[in-house]
Amino acid sequence: KKRHVITTQTEHKCVLDSCRHLQQEGFEVTYLPVGSDGLIDLDRLRKEIRPDTGLISVMAVNNEIGVVQPVEEIGQICKEFNVPFHTDAAQALGKIKVDVEKWNVSLMSLSGHKIYGPKGVGALYMRRRPRIRVEPQMNGGGQERGIRSGTVPTPLVVGMGAACELAMKEMEYDEKRIKGLQERLLNGIREKIDGVVVNGSMDRRYVGNLNLSFAYVEGESLLMGLKEVAVSSGSACTSASLEPSYVLRALGVDEDMAHTSIRFGIGRFTTEEEIDRAVELTVKQVEKLREMSPLYEMVKEGIDIKQIQWAQH
Amino acid sequence: MLRLASKRLLGLTSREIPSRPVQILPRLYHENVIDHYNNPRNVGSFDKNDSNVGTGLVGAPACGDVMKLQIKIDEESGKIVDACFKTFGCGSAIASSSVATEWVKGKSMDEVLTIKNTEIAKHLSLPPVKLHCSMLAEDAIKAAVKDVELKRAKLKGNSSADAANAPIEKAADA
Repeated sequence: KKRHVITTQTEHKCVLDSCRHLQQEGFEVTYLPVGSDGLIDLDRLRKEIRPDTGLISVMAVNNEIGVVQPVEEIGQICKEFNVPFHTDAAQALGKIKVDVEKWNVSLMSLSGHKIYGPKGVGALYMRRRPRIRVEPQMNGGGQERGIRSGTVPTPLVVGMGAACELAMKEMEYDEKRIKGLQERLLNGIREKIDGVVVNGSMDRRYVGNLNLSFAYVEGESLLMGLKEVAVSSGSACTSASLEPSYVLRALGVDEDMAHTSIRFGIGRFTTEEEIDRAVELTVKQVEKLREMSPLYEMVKEGIDIKQIQWAQH
Repeated sequence: MLRLASKRLLGLTSREIPSRPVQILPRLYHENVIDHYNNPRNVGSFDKNDSNVGTGLVGAPACGDVMKLQIKIDEESGKIVDACFKTFGCGSAIASSSVATEWVKGKSMDEVLTIKNTEIAKHLSLPPVKLHCSMLAEDAIKAAVKDVELKRAKLKGNSSADAANAPIEKAADA
């Protein structure tokens, strides 16, 4: 009986939580580490596959750092070892080319509201040949081939379909435009301030996501200052617990930088003016907060922060 | 006076029903916090080698909160005449340390040691998850006072005051 599942450390919380639940039910789960660029090591994946591996789940595009995993290669490995491959493609749909044959996916999770569709609807792609079987999510009337009983929410489903259709038409144009905006944002910020680090691989990344760390400036205080811009932070203060983002930790980001990250999301409706405004606000706030930062002051005086013995709390 | 006011407040909450509901919207900042963030008071630095300046450096970058609070003492009276701060931390941390610098000015060193984090938290209406910020501010005040007392003791102790740099920077113990 298959009792082993392989996934990564940077998966979305929904996948990680489900895996944790599986562990409580007696399954064994391997969480693959990622490199500092956010990509998994394919050789490591090969080594971890066991005869009783029942599922490999790797997300296509990471929601926090925007890194695109090498899904094609992973798919090939899964084919070789004949293990079902599940990918969380919620952030990939409508943004990068999704080819279930090339990727060799057996199961793919999709989300409606990530492609400008309605909230409350998602989809699970299930491969026909070779057929993959799943346990019903809900029992009852037998809708959706018995997998998810309950009346299909027509308006939501039609909305998602329409969103997908639009996405198919607009994808290429969107990508070009958003790439330009991303460069504009990054260069705009880098021109005016230093100490900016991009979290995650720069080449294997979705263009609409930019996760930046501003040295010596804490994430939540920056969020407070960027009132007009909808961004999020991976810092501890913004999560309910005091732990910084697990994705950044998996990347191996230094502790003092883990609290400094900000995620910018660029989409179909972002305009150039908005990018410029975001650059302007960010630069202004970062400079102001650096003036207030004792770490920045210490660095300017030439003190090596890593040498200091901090009083833990 | 602050002690009295806070005791009264704490006494009240055990007897009376609070006039406004408690913490239904934990995500909103109190206007005091936003005020201190947008118009921070007393950001800056004093010369830490000055024998009348006490520096309290608390927190850790790993925790996401570092506060540096400095106080300037008047040599004769022993009262705090000026204070400034620098903080690496969230809005609540910045506000807590800003409030701390405001409250210590004009007080004697013994008086400021009685400032409690609960008072700071009350003033800023900090939600439970942010209470550690006010705790850190209280620690920073104590550390700064300890530092300047050490310096003054050293001065009185030996005539050749080499009270300046220590070879390795050490953060004060809370």
